[in-house]
Amino acid sequence: MSNSVMLTRVRLARNLKKYPFPCRLNTAGKNQVAKEIVDAIKNCNSPVAKEFEAIEVRNLSEAQRIALVEKHLVSPEFISDSNGRVLVLSKDQTISIMINEEDHLRLQVIYKGFELDKAYDTADKLDTLLDEVLDFAFDEKLGYLTQCPTNLGTGMRASVMLHLPALQKSRAISRISGNLQKLGLTIRGTYGEGTEPKGAMYQLSNQITLGISEKAAIENLKNITNQLVAQELQAQERMIKNIETQDVIFRSLGVLKYAKTISCDEAVKLLSEVRFGIESKVIKDIDLDTVDKLISDIQPATIMENKKEKISPHDRDILRAGIISERLN
Amino acid sequence: MKCQKCGKNNADTHVKRVINGEFEEYHLCSECAKDMGYSNMFSDFANDFASDFNSLLGSFFGNALPARTQATRCEVCNTGYADIVRTGMMGCANCYKIFGEQLLPTIRRVHGNTVHCGKKSQKGIATVEDIKDKPKDKLKELKAQLEKAIKEQEFEKAAELRDKIKEMEANNE
Ligand SMILES: [Zn+2]
Ligand SMILES: [Zn+2]
Repeated sequence: MSNSVMLTRVRLARNLKKYPFPCRLNTAGKNQVAKEIVDAIKNCNSPVAKEFEAIEVRNLSEAQRIALVEKHLVSPEFISDSNGRVLVLSKDQTISIMINEEDHLRLQVIYKGFELDKAYDTADKLDTLLDEVLDFAFDEKLGYLTQCPTNLGTGMRASVMLHLPALQKSRAISRISGNLQKLGLTIRGTYGEGTEPKGAMYQLSNQITLGISEKAAIENLKNITNQLVAQELQAQERMIKNIETQDVIFRSLGVLKYAKTISCDEAVKLLSEVRFGIESKVIKDIDLDTVDKLISDIQPATIMENKKEKISPHDRDILRAGIISERLN
Repeated sequence: MKCQKCGKNNADTHVKRVINGEFEEYHLCSECAKDMGYSNMFSDFANDFASDFNSLLGSFFGNALPARTQATRCEVCNTGYADIVRTGMMGCANCYKIFGEQLLPTIRRVHGNTVHCGKKSQKGIATVEDIKDKPKDKLKELKAQLEKAIKEQEFEKAAELRDKIKEMEANNE
């Protein structure tokens, strides 16, 4: 049922009461904030406290920074400036804490699949532990105080990454996205803008944070996700009977298996077709995990992340084709 | 600054994104931003990981704020009305005390509400669930911290810890 949900994320925005927000804080102040937060995480009462690693953005290479964005561990905003910015990352990379991004602290939990309750639960527990040691800026009426008033209240942004190939092909997304706004949700492409992002991957998230509790916002997101996925499955069932649809899927698999050089855009597009084939059960010998891992591993910076020398785009495409064909054959 | 896409309108939208392994930053006018799918101003802009539209909210505030020359500044961070209007950002927690009242109509427009509902910060107090989870460990840990604080003559901290322990023990009974 939830095969269409690739990822779940829950993010909480928090600020320390006694420091100005990052936009009004100089580097020394940011470093102090970072130190307080890192210490709090290391000393908090969580069983996973020792499994966190603090990474200063300024010590990362360009490729490493961008790879973090590609893996959805940090925002583009976070790597746009290295001043006082520290990432605290759990060993298994399911918890990432951005320090001095738009808020002093943005705690994110990311899980594979459709795991909204579990992701919120983890974020909530860690937040509670940090709340005991850090003085968060909180107001009885406005809730958690954030640099930007759009995050006031719970400071929570919950999102699911959806694969909606059939709804994209039938051009139903733009109609749906208008309705979602009325329900306090927003949808946008994961790779590329507009209503037809590459690979038919979309991010659905709550947009209202004040006046709605975390639980209610998550329930709302869950319900809408279920409805969207149900629509997607219906559309898939209809489309997959079509021999042309199946032809596109299997040709995509053929290219992925045997191409000698392939761009990221093309690979994502074709992997999306193959994923569609697995979801609708016409491809049975490849699992979703393999495809999802590929989509993430073949991103341009992620491919270079662990290489010492810089690789030209041309060589990257060759490397990418090699990885894909090895894993799919 | 002119929009980097059409070169005609004034840019009021700041987009940061990663595409094809490169970090990109644009200043766009709201029309071009809309064309690129950044249509709903506050939702998209708040939509964490995709992009960042600080200044867009700034223009949003601009329409909502009372048109008066404001000399008031936050005594903590020195932020004034004009700054908030320009950037869409508050300077510190105290800014909400100073400018919060005037911002309520905008906040209501953004969220459809002005009163928080949900988790509350429990500074210094373990949550009930937390205590239920493993009260013994928690107490033990606090008592160890208390001992340490006394040893190191940090009496203020010790007093705080003692109160916490008392409270916890009372809750458990
Ligand atoms: Zn323009
Ligand atoms: Zn202030």
